[in-house]
Amino acid sequence: MKTVSGLAAESILDVLDLSVAYGKVEALHHINLRVAPGQIVTVIGPNGAGKTTLLSAIMGLLRKTRGEIHFLGDRQRDVEVERMVALGMNLVPEKRELFAEMSVEDNLLLGAFMRHRIGFRDQRETMQDVFGIFPRLKERRTQHAGTLSGGERQMLAVGRALMAKPKLLMLDEPSLGLAPLVVREIFRVIAKLRQTGVSILLVEQNARAALQIADYAYVLETGEIALEGPSQQLIGDPKVVQSYLGLGGKH
Amino acid sequence: MDLQIALLLGQDGITNGAIYALLSLALVLVFAVTRVIFIPQGEYVALGALTLASFQAGKTPGTLWLLLGAGLAVALIDVAGSLRSGSRRRIPGVMLWNLGYPAAAAVVVLLARPVEWLLPAQVLLSLALVVPLGPMVYRLAFQPVAEASVLVLLIVAVAVHLALVGLGLLFFGAEGSRTTAFGDASFQLGSITVTSQTLWVLGSSLFLIVALYLFFGRTIYGKALRATAINRTGARLMGISTVLAGKLSFLLAALIGAFSGILIAPITTIYYDTGFLIGLKGFVGAIVGGLVSYPIAAAGALMVGLLEAYSSFWASAFKEVIVFTLIIPVLVWRSLTTHHVEEDE
Repeated sequence: MKTVSGLAAESILDVLDLSVAYGKVEALHHINLRVAPGQIVTVIGPNGAGKTTLLSAIMGLLRKTRGEIHFLGDRQRDVEVERMVALGMNLVPEKRELFAEMSVEDNLLLGAFMRHRIGFRDQRETMQDVFGIFPRLKERRTQHAGTLSGGERQMLAVGRALMAKPKLLMLDEPSLGLAPLVVREIFRVIAKLRQTGVSILLVEQNARAALQIADYAYVLETGEIALEGPSQQLIGDPKVVQSYLGLGGKH
Repeated sequence: MDLQIALLLGQDGITNGAIYALLSLALVLVFAVTRVIFIPQGEYVALGALTLASFQAGKTPGTLWLLLGAGLAVALIDVAGSLRSGSRRRIPGVMLWNLGYPAAAAVVVLLARPVEWLLPAQVLLSLALVVPLGPMVYRLAFQPVAEASVLVLLIVAVAVHLALVGLGLLFFGAEGSRTTAFGDASFQLGSITVTSQTLWVLGSSLFLIVALYLFFGRTIYGKALRATAINRTGARLMGISTVLAGKLSFLLAALIGAFSGILIAPITTIYYDTGFLIGLKGFVGAIVGGLVSYPIAAAGALMVGLLEAYSSFWASAFKEVIVFTLIIPVLVWRSLTTHHVEEDE
């Protein structure tokens, strides 16, 4: 693996001085962010801070205006979705983007499309692993994705991304619109995924849940990193408590 | 009209309807995956049929030059693009498919004297020349504007149609051609005679429809195409590139078009511009299916074939008018019954 001077050799993802603009309006300014192997890194912040924009730019869904993205130690000159997927980066988008009129099984299978294209034929075993993580999906495997409940859809979206055996899994608001019990279940799974060796970049509005499972956290406000640090430290930070954890933080 | 005439017309209608059904499936597929209303679909019918006719007449079909030219253009654009973005690893593949393959085809066509070949080999060679034009046309005409509106894509499709018709005239001239039938046998079914070509058309259409069904239902590439049609962003996030899906759907459309042309060439005289009308009738079928439903599109196309056959008996001067007027009640009915469904997830 090539290394770039000044960066830790074993970084999974390094974002340097990233800026993104929609037309003339700059949505992200000079973002620096790092994900180390096996880490769960979270980006928290209010609505409209640019969290989804950040993930979209890293994934190649949006074009960056400035900055560098290094993945697995290599600088990615043309960040293109299909290429990033082939390299082992997967995004579970906020809207899930499931294939509604296809079965749960087919949705999962397509998660492994790029692996299949590259030449791997281990989709059946990977699917069993995913069913191990989300037994509910196995019960529903012949059902259309469009008929699933909100929590099941989120499980399917995460399961579909896991079918690609990603090195970096990026989750955009996995708790959005889900009942508290389901949120707890999803976060339990995310915390457990760390044991499989996958690194996770988690974007969340639910700051408390995110900080509890993450190793390191960034606070994004109006397109800029306002604060960063180990999540245990941020949980105790009075600014974070006041803005994102509210009174509940005292419990 | 007595029963015998009714049956004869029905046979005619079903034979043509089967071809329209195939074309309507291709149109639905291309639209679902790429949002292109593929006006040039019929041109592949004409190119397929006329290429085969050229082989049988001992001539070199102009589609060979088209294949070489389009391949060269694609190769230039893609190689230049690869050099600019610095991703050189794609270059060998691009050269192989867009320069190597057409060159190999040219060697076979020019040196192997296909006029002496058996019909199935001639058919395969014709397909080998025409089908790769599908992805090449996608690369040259549609990929650069893939994210444009449906209207822009439609305008590009019309331009491609005009270009291909013009090239057809240049390559094959204004006179029509027929090819030899797949078999001479005919069967007596009650009071009517069924030619073996009719059975070939019906059998092949049915075979292709089943093959497409299996392709979309069983293979990962077929499922990937369906996924792109359902949710483009979701598909991209799985690594199913829009370009790959577009080329694959255009490949299938060209295959279906060229094969349809080869099927009907023995029963209809094909001119360089015949494909347009045939394609439009497939389009009427596709409209009946709302450009989304494969089975309804196929049924609609079959209906178009029957309507055409029977109206040619009663009012042959108005045959086309009647068929195309069918679109109006269908559109009224669809606009009254279809409700827009939000598909957020």
